[in-house]
Amino acid sequence: MKTIINKVKGSGAGLSILSSGIAVLAGLLIGLIILLITDHTQAFPAFQTIITVGFSSIRNFGELLYSATPIILTGLSVGFAMKTGLFNIGASGQFTFGAYVAVLIGVRAEFIPPSIRLIVSVLAAILVGALWGAIPGFLKAFRNVHEVISCIMTNWIGIFLVNFMILNTIFDETRNSTMRVPGDANMPGWGLGELFQGANARPSSVNSGIVVAIAVAIIIFIILGYTKFGYELKACGFNQNAAKYAGISEKRNVVLSMMISGGLAGLGGGLHFLSGAGITMNVTDTLSYEGFTGISVALLGMNNPIGIIFAGLLIAYLQQGGFQVQHFGFVPEIIEIVTAVIIYFCAFALLIKSFFSRVGRKRADVVAEVEQVKELPKIEEEGSDK
Amino acid sequence: MYVIEMRGITKEFPGIIANDDVTVQLKKGEIHALLGENGAGKSTLMSILFGLYKPEKGSIFKDGAEVVVNGPNDATKLGIGMVHQHFKLVHNFTVLENIVLGDETTHRGVLQMKAAREKVLALSKRYGLEIDVDKEVQDISVGMQQRVEILKMLYRENEILIFDEPTAVLTPQEIESLIQTMQGLAAEGRSILFITHKLDEIKQAANRCSVLRKGKMIGTVEVETTSKEALSEMMVGRKVSLSLDKKDANVGKEILHVKNLTIKGETGHKNKLTDVSFHVREGEIVCVAGIEGNGQTDLVYALTGLNGIESGQVSMMGQDITKAKIRQRGELGMAHIPEDRHKHGLVLDYTLAYNAILQRYYTPQFQRAGFLKQGEITHYADTLIERFDIRAGQGSETIARSMSGGNQQKVILAREIDRDPHLLIAVQPTRGLDVGAIEFIHSQLLKQRDAGKAVLLVSLELEEVMNISDRILVMYEGEIVANVDPKSVTYQELGLYMSGAKREVNV
Ligand SMILES: Nc1ncnc2c1ncn2[C@@H]1O[C@H](COP(=O)(O)OP(=O)(O)OP(=O)(O)O)[C@@H](O)[C@H]1O
Ligand SMILES: [Mg+2]
Repeated sequence: MKTIINKVKGSGAGLSILSSGIAVLAGLLIGLIILLITDHTQAFPAFQTIITVGFSSIRNFGELLYSATPIILTGLSVGFAMKTGLFNIGASGQFTFGAYVAVLIGVRAEFIPPSIRLIVSVLAAILVGALWGAIPGFLKAFRNVHEVISCIMTNWIGIFLVNFMILNTIFDETRNSTMRVPGDANMPGWGLGELFQGANARPSSVNSGIVVAIAVAIIIFIILGYTKFGYELKACGFNQNAAKYAGISEKRNVVLSMMISGGLAGLGGGLHFLSGAGITMNVTDTLSYEGFTGISVALLGMNNPIGIIFAGLLIAYLQQGGFQVQHFGFVPEIIEIVTAVIIYFCAFALLIKSFFSRVGRKRADVVAEVEQVKELPKIEEEGSDK
Repeated sequence: MYVIEMRGITKEFPGIIANDDVTVQLKKGEIHALLGENGAGKSTLMSILFGLYKPEKGSIFKDGAEVVVNGPNDATKLGIGMVHQHFKLVHNFTVLENIVLGDETTHRGVLQMKAAREKVLALSKRYGLEIDVDKEVQDISVGMQQRVEILKMLYRENEILIFDEPTAVLTPQEIESLIQTMQGLAAEGRSILFITHKLDEIKQAANRCSVLRKGKMIGTVEVETTSKEALSEMMVGRKVSLSLDKKDANVGKEILHVKNLTIKGETGHKNKLTDVSFHVREGEIVCVAGIEGNGQTDLVYALTGLNGIESGQVSMMGQDITKAKIRQRGELGMAHIPEDRHKHGLVLDYTLAYNAILQRYYTPQFQRAGFLKQGEITHYADTLIERFDIRAGQGSETIARSMSGGNQQKVILAREIDRDPHLLIAVQPTRGLDVGAIEFIHSQLLKQRDAGKAVLLVSLELEEVMNISDRILVMYEGEIVANVDPKSVTYQELGLYMSGAKREVNV
């Protein structure tokens, strides 16, 4: 163990992966304990399913990619904002708004040919997500309202506004949800569903959305790491005063950052409901699951866009396991617990990490990190701390 | 026998040996100075004693017995306390809470603040450390923050007190009283380790002095019998000239013109600035002198655009910049070495290279089509490192946070001076620098001036003010009360202006 730790100690990225890995292991372990307590006879087979289901068949792997798509995007949304010093917990609302507009255009804008309609609806989802994200951005920049508060408000306003609009525009009473978007106005499959089909099964639901999500993650990675814009955004996130001193307009950056963040969540919503897998938006009064999972994904991926891709896949993997444990008589919520534990350990991972790298670092910085954890908006990717 | 002996300490950081087989011995009741260039390893050595770092080699002895210091808690148990170079107070806690933090007395889980308050007040009175126990730390001056740090150590009844560059952030008056406090504490039998770059302070306060150079212990000397020149030679390894060669100023056109600048205070308070008017011309160094808190900070914020202005006018090179954005001012040729390097000057989590381009990252030199030119940036940072002798473990890739205080300051200086500005506004530019670096910075400021640039220097140190300025403006309670020539004014006179006892009629 010690040698492994020493090996990765040199690189911040290695350390991030190590601590995320420990968090995952801890989460699984606690999941196993809960399974054992609930029903010890079935615990081990169920646990084995959780561990292996995503890879158990090629079709399951396709499903995994399909369900990872939206949470990678909401994860990027939260992670991107976090990198710039903002805590966007409004991803749920932005996701829902984006989804609604995408479906609305998909269903109603029949005057536009389907393939173009698809592009229009995806772009509209991004735009609407961005606008919905801009509200907390403006409030923060010009009225000094903490984004967490305004994001919670825009989440709920978003949900009820969207419900209201669904009921008046694209409601299908027979199914108590939105109408279906006609097949060819959905994301093309690019043969992925068939590729991940496996023997004697239906094609899986994976579609070009996952490719878009990964491409977007790479773009965000490049923006943050290599561009002038990323330089400004991160400077604001790390030290607003220094950014101001450097002539960077923090106000503009806060608004832009929230818009990009919202746009990513909106895109996630659009892609999810244009997946062609037959899902439609229900009229409920709960916040979208994908939005909140984005927070977990971002935390697990240490706010690094590439890390977020893997974190999204991992969480999707676990969810699939959660679905499967029902066959053994367990409730799928077990997986929620496992995920939650992982997230707790991830927040804790910042501490684990500083514990491993403490030799050679000031204890006081560790204290600062604890404070960062307490003060969520300030959680930064520690991987940059080479 | 020594109260503390650190024997054969070695500590490595990536790319650098911060302490290389260092031995120091602290006698009971002495003030022991620690001297060394920026990055010599002083803070590191003290952090080891305080348990913040674990050395690769070496051991620590207290009263002759070997001890293990694995963290600040161990240090506190051994009676070791430390005031850090950059204070570590909780900003939204009150002074009292900060002092007590980590050593609270509780009764059935409830904080017993009353007894603590009495103890703190008694200590504060006994040692003449004036504080406002109920104010939040974010609202008190740096000087008071430091007194809070000292009281924190006294509250814990520490016997061994470490002061890491306590005087760098203080006014001359505060330094005076700090030294008295330290002498009082030493007389009571406490032992003090005192880091400073100012030889006068060592001469005045310390009994013995240990000198570090590039991580190695050069030796320990009796202060009484060692001259300042000898000390600095030990430190740098060569002779340092402590005087400047300064040509006469060759003054040209006006660069900065400030007219009737007024900034109101919060409601019910006095104005921060009242009717301030002055100018700075090409080829001169104008110095703003004054006791800290007399409006210098507000003046600089107003000139550089960090804060707005209520009334009055600022113009630069004939252009009205009263309402100009910070970046516009920069593009007109204004550079700014800020007072607080951690607040404004640096993005601590960026590398040295990224900090070096903080003001110019958007220019074609460093970006093309929105993409940063990484190669160019590294190359540029390397040239600054070379020219300004910035010492950092991993060169341009070093994270600013891990650099020594003085080297952090050098990054800012290098960045701002290298912009070759028409007007350089430098606030306490040499704060925390070693003598060699101060000499270098002063010569750079003079070079700017001799190249026909304007320099506005804000300094609390009279010696600096007298040595390098061509004209002195004295500020008192937000007003300019004197505009004098350093050649024809005495230290005493300056002191009178600064304390408000005297003012010129026609400023
Ligand atoms: N946490 C750290 N990680 C990596 N390198 C470090 C760290 N702390 C200090 N160093 C390096 O060790 C060397 C010694 O630093 P130290 O802070 O002890 O210097 P110092 O003598 O206190 O200088 P100054 O007078 O500028 O405060 C420096 O080169 C610094 O870059
Ligand atoms: Mg230091």
